[in-house]
Amino acid sequence: MVIEIVQVVGFGLIATFLVLVVKENKPVIALAIALVAGSMIFLFIMAPLQSAIELIITLSGQAGINNMYIQTLLKIIGIAYLSEFGAHIARDADQESIAAKIELAGKMLIIMLAIPIFEVLIETVMALLPGGA
Amino acid sequence: MAYDVNTIFQIAGIGIIVAMIHTVLKQMGKEDWAHWVTLIGFVVVLYMVASIIDELFQKIKSVFLFQG
Repeated sequence: MVIEIVQVVGFGLIATFLVLVVKENKPVIALAIALVAGSMIFLFIMAPLQSAIELIITLSGQAGINNMYIQTLLKIIGIAYLSEFGAHIARDADQESIAAKIELAGKMLIIMLAIPIFEVLIETVMALLPGGA
Repeated sequence: MAYDVNTIFQIAGIGIIVAMIHTVLKQMGKEDWAHWVTLIGFVVVLYMVASIIDELFQKIKSVFLFQG
């Protein structure tokens, strides 16, 4: 399960080189190479990340933290990564406006996910205040 | 390294070969054939890209979003 950074860096450099070679004649296929390279590098690091996240979930369960908070946190991280990925691909293809819209959608969805936690926080503060509900 | 690095070389190879065929056909004066070759090469590449993107999205879903 040990990821060798040398492999990832070498892979990235090879992909960059291939993109430069192909870009002169076929820019669309160059974009496809960039897309595949990005996905593959993320898939490389995904296996160790999965075990780390399982550890975080186990530890938070032992610490008595409500599982909902950890789940929301991880979902927010996932949405942030996905929207960043899509936005970078759109930006690589010189579609700045589409990239901005993808990022906007990601931010909106993150706010939607954070609303329940916010509600709990507000309720806690209101309960602490004297004379509050 | 569980994932196939060869895919990226395949895509680059398809790109270079399609560009070459495109140039040759254009020089022979068969513009419409050249466009068909480009389109088919693009569809093949798009299929490969789509399968890898699908794999990535499923992985992200299972790790971060607790589905599947």
